[in-house]
Amino acid sequence: MLSDKDRIFVNLYGFQDWHLKAALARGDFANTKDLLAKGPDEIVNEIKASGLRGRGGAGFPTGVKWSFMPKQSDGRPSYLVVNADESEPGTCKDRDIMRHEPFKLLEGCLIAGFAMRAKAAYIYVRGEFYREAERLEMAIGEAYEVGLIGKNACGSGFDFDIYVHRGAGAYICGEEMALIESLEGKPGRPRLKPPFPAGMGVWGCPTTVNNVESIAVTPTILRRGAAWFSGLGRPNNTGTKLFCISGHVNKPCNVEEEMGIPLRELIDRHAGGVRGGWDNLLAVIPGGSSVPLLPKATCDTVLMDFDSLRAEKSGLGTAAVIVMDKSTDIVKAIARLSKFYMHESCGQCTPCREGTGWMWRIMERLVEGRAEKAEIDQLLDISYQIEGHTICALGDAAAWPVQGLIRHFRDEIERRIDARKPVLAA
Amino acid sequence: MPTLTVDGIEVTVPANSTVLQACEAAGKEIPRFCYHERLSIAGNCRMCLVEMEKSPKPIASCAMPAADNMVIHTDTPMVKKAREGVLEFLLINHPLDCPICDQGGECDLQDETMAYGHNSSRLREHKRAVREKFMGPLIKTTMTRCIHCTRCVRFASEIAGVPEIGVINRGEHMEITTYLDRAASSELSGNVIDLCPVGALTSKPFAFAARAWELRRTESIDVLDALGSNIRIDARGREVMRVLPRLNEDINEEWISDKTRFAYDGLKRQRLDQPYVRRGGKLAPATWAEAFAAIAARLKGFDPKRVAALVGDLSDAESVLALKELMQKLGVTNLDARQDGAKLPAAPRSAYLFNTTIAGIEQADAVLLIGSNPRFEAALVNARIRKRWLAAGIPVANIGPALDLTYPVVELGNNPALLGAIADGSHPFAATLRDAKNPMLILGQGALARADGAAVLAQARRVAESTGMIAEGWNGFNVLHHAAARVGALDLGFVPGPGGLDRDGILQGAASGAIEVVYLLGADEIDMQKLGKAFVIYQGTHGDAGAHRADVILPGAAYTEKNATWVNTEGRVQRGQKAVAPPGEAREDWAILRALSETLGVTLPYDDLDAVRARLAALAPAFAKLDAIEPAPWAAFGGEGAVAAVPFGLPIADYFFTNPICRASTVMAECSALASARREKATGTHG
Repeated sequence: MLSDKDRIFVNLYGFQDWHLKAALARGDFANTKDLLAKGPDEIVNEIKASGLRGRGGAGFPTGVKWSFMPKQSDGRPSYLVVNADESEPGTCKDRDIMRHEPFKLLEGCLIAGFAMRAKAAYIYVRGEFYREAERLEMAIGEAYEVGLIGKNACGSGFDFDIYVHRGAGAYICGEEMALIESLEGKPGRPRLKPPFPAGMGVWGCPTTVNNVESIAVTPTILRRGAAWFSGLGRPNNTGTKLFCISGHVNKPCNVEEEMGIPLRELIDRHAGGVRGGWDNLLAVIPGGSSVPLLPKATCDTVLMDFDSLRAEKSGLGTAAVIVMDKSTDIVKAIARLSKFYMHESCGQCTPCREGTGWMWRIMERLVEGRAEKAEIDQLLDISYQIEGHTICALGDAAAWPVQGLIRHFRDEIERRIDARKPVLAA
Repeated sequence: MPTLTVDGIEVTVPANSTVLQACEAAGKEIPRFCYHERLSIAGNCRMCLVEMEKSPKPIASCAMPAADNMVIHTDTPMVKKAREGVLEFLLINHPLDCPICDQGGECDLQDETMAYGHNSSRLREHKRAVREKFMGPLIKTTMTRCIHCTRCVRFASEIAGVPEIGVINRGEHMEITTYLDRAASSELSGNVIDLCPVGALTSKPFAFAARAWELRRTESIDVLDALGSNIRIDARGREVMRVLPRLNEDINEEWISDKTRFAYDGLKRQRLDQPYVRRGGKLAPATWAEAFAAIAARLKGFDPKRVAALVGDLSDAESVLALKELMQKLGVTNLDARQDGAKLPAAPRSAYLFNTTIAGIEQADAVLLIGSNPRFEAALVNARIRKRWLAAGIPVANIGPALDLTYPVVELGNNPALLGAIADGSHPFAATLRDAKNPMLILGQGALARADGAAVLAQARRVAESTGMIAEGWNGFNVLHHAAARVGALDLGFVPGPGGLDRDGILQGAASGAIEVVYLLGADEIDMQKLGKAFVIYQGTHGDAGAHRADVILPGAAYTEKNATWVNTEGRVQRGQKAVAPPGEAREDWAILRALSETLGVTLPYDDLDAVRARLAALAPAFAKLDAIEPAPWAAFGGEGAVAAVPFGLPIADYFFTNPICRASTVMAECSALASARREKATGTHG
């Protein structure tokens, strides 16, 4: 269990004031000038050494990502874009960072922007996060007022601006290329890669898109040292992580914990345990709606980090733990996710546009058992026809929950089909 | 020049190539729907997936840049499965109504289904239906068939430069539509029909008319503007069913204008299918012998000074030659091929050609338009300028009426005096032209078809010479014609002979009675009122202005009905092929003149087409070489005198009504009505 001294987001719950004065008292922007004095390369190396992996879902090493940015400008400015389009069902960690720890994010922007030689940061806030965007704007205003950002930020001689851009509430705009398109004022349809954003991102300029949490933890990492951060968690899965625990638990919550904490311990200790006791657990979606669910047997032992969950053919994703007890209609739950992905598909490329709706409609029939058993394999086949064949990862995200369901609950689906058969016969 | 391996074959492709192009270089065919080499890459259909070693997922070959040491496989089970999957997705919401779809037989989706399709559908759900759209009288939409490749969207915004087709909604509700269901307004809109890989956008005039495989295909040349776009005429029996573009990188690439594509229904209406002779003030049907006899009787003992001949906009070189030589034999010198009154000389050739060439526009660095609206006069020249502007952002300026073009234009004003100011360097745009490596000007007929046209021509020449447009390997002086017959007729010297009258002289003469006989070879664009009491012989295809005024009508063949030669505005000699027979008694035009010459006792010395063509080549060396351009030597031309301070006009007021064929077309009439409705100012009650 994470001890309080290792906690990064000490005001995660908003028990203290969020304003600049209180944030300064908590240590934000304490010695930013000294941190920047290390120079961009040293900062990138430090982040690399910390083992920080992107907190947005894919888990790509953050320091490595920063190092893709050009060290010498060819005349084009570079940009940091912060992905605050937190729309993954079950996830609400970035929301609380923006609400209660906005200055951690702003300081992170400054440091990350400095490390990647960016001119400005754009924080792309999910459209529904109206109050959060407002609060960020206020925080930015306070920071500008005392010179923490803007011209000669923190007295470092580095000029850096931060802008807030509100999205319009499309899930797909959380995909980095769609986010860039949306930021440019176009419909949110993912661009093709390559070119990658570090070469040609927003307005054709080198860009790095990072998750809010990835950025917000960097000042603390630099302040306390890479060794501190990498000492937490497990090898290759270092540091602390915000977990969002929701569903059939007694006390749903956001909590900062050490990477690699056992899932059961996470739920029991922080969320008051599964409703009706651990044995009442049916399944857990461990990383937001897009990752395959885990049956109870796996949940008993699995550790919450990238590699452990990957080994169980699931993923850490955004670390949004969705707990489902035995009262859950698991097929219906996944069918609802399928509907979500159908609704949020941008429609640009074929497999996702056509396949997500098809999957949803089959899922709806499976909920009631109105299907042949052969259609289960057909559905699995369709999900594989989508996965890996699309421009962005939304296709994969739509396919995985269905795959997870069939992998672990095929007997439940078959039972429903069998149960319906006699009705049809009669 | 990356080198990569495709299915074990090592290929080296030019830099900036894609994996798809590399696969093609290796002789591997990659199925595709959204990819089109002239459009930007969308990468959305996912049909071109191939396997790349070290990549866990298949890659979209159309979007992946080719790089050194890539190892690509196009025929593995993974690739096959991926493509089958994509195709299945495309088909689940496709209506599969091939038997009633006009795309049937030439549909990419059909073809790929033969290669990658399942034999049965796994879909048990309802198919999606899409609300019908309206894109005007040319494009028929069946949007339920749409596979969302966005080729049409990209064509409209990139090539046509009129971004009026777009995508609305998202996910499976995504739809392609025009803005507020308005008719497409581009002159190139019909090309989206060819681009559409399925039957979503098809030709409205061709709807349910024929199946692709029933049609007889003839490769020919378009004459409805002066570009000589390469076309394919699809005919069934005696009827032209449709017109499609043929690839010619130097002229039309693979596009054609809407007029070229859709005016063919005018070939079936208002046709002159037998000779007529005016008796008692009324045109009466006649035989060829009677018609010729009537002409011979009128010309008996005539004074050649009282006879004149005018050539129209669509005439082929063979008939112009025959008419010229017939008139020469009769001693007539009152000849003119410039029925709009343009003051162009018949020599030097560089004075009336589009010397830069159409493909040459892609080297231009600055463009000056003078009294021309390229969008109407030559839509594909306009598309080339746009292409060049997109690639290099070149400055384009205009002297003449303000234009609505598909790229930014600096309006210098409609003041002919600006030509002199640019020529002497006092106007700021002169510096822009001088600083450009390859400056060019486009001189339209609007600047030449006026009393001081020769002086304007001379001023334009001075502009060209003073701003470095005439250089080694570059000639930036361009006359843009819109009449297909014009360059060929000028090459043949169909201009007033010694002591002869030009168009204005002929018309004045006819009005005053000095000219008694006028031979109109398809000339319909003159003011027929001015012909006064003259005896008018009209040889042409349609019951248009000329035929109404005529005393004798000789029915000729339209461009789809004869083997004939035209010279385009660049001076490129091209041959059209006969696709269908002329209607009724109508005959090929040179043959009519040959027959008439015999009746008149001045038999022309050729009995077949080969002999006419040999004569053509002998008279004008340009005709000896087909499909080629000889740079025309530069020489002094243009007339002296002052340029009047009268603003330039534009030769084409209504793009859809420029010649007898278009005027007979109901499709063009519909387009014209829509276009004029668009031009009217919309009020609050407009939809």
